[in-house]
Amino acid sequence: MIGTVVIGLAAGVIAGLLGVGGGVLFVPGLVLFLGLDQHHAEATSLLAIVPVALVGTYRQDRYGNVHRHDALLLGLLSLAGAAGGVALANALSGTVLRDAFAALMVIVAAQLVHRALRGGEAGKKS
Amino acid sequence: MAIGTLAGLFSGLFGVGGGSVIVPLLILWLGYDERGATATSLAAIVFIAGFAAAVQGVYGNVDVLDAALVGVPAVAGVLIGTWLQQRLQQRVIALLFAAVLVASAVELVR
Repeated sequence: MIGTVVIGLAAGVIAGLLGVGGGVLFVPGLVLFLGLDQHHAEATSLLAIVPVALVGTYRQDRYGNVHRHDALLLGLLSLAGAAGGVALANALSGTVLRDAFAALMVIVAAQLVHRALRGGEAGKKS
Repeated sequence: MAIGTLAGLFSGLFGVGGGSVIVPLLILWLGYDERGATATSLAAIVFIAGFAAAVQGVYGNVDVLDAALVGVPAVAGVLIGTWLQQRLQQRVIALLFAAVLVASAVELVR
């Protein structure tokens, strides 16, 4: 229970800071601390992401960082993909889905390291 | 267009927002800076995650109570995170977070 709250808090900080990580921490948190299976953890994570992204967007918009037109376009274009992804997730077994998710986490980690190492010049510019 | 479709598929399949796909592609393909990319990604995620959660709801996989249990503290967290982002060098945090992800991945599969 306390672990879950800590995971939630950490996921929020990471989401605000890096623009990733709500779900990528919610899902393992729900599996490891609350004992949800992979399908339920993923679905529940999606719902938990909504208020986080909403509040994060509101704050970022006040800092003038949100490109509204592109965000709307991206969001709308993603809907078909999202429906397809959910259908695919529900067609896969929990074990396959879990292993794929673990692989995703490692890929996201690698990409973060890449961004961090490359970000010296790019980070300063913004 | 490709970014949106890819991000949606990722989001639905893995239960994540899709930010890990959107942010690097906005930076690489559209020349966004880091803050503009993370902010715009968060805004797009509202639509993506909301829609994907609704579809998962139809499958009966969503636990609303558990979502609140992680989601409510996370809202507090995102306020701290966006505040910090305007003030901090992100490199160290990104590297730390990468380490956490790899450790969790190992724990998940074990």
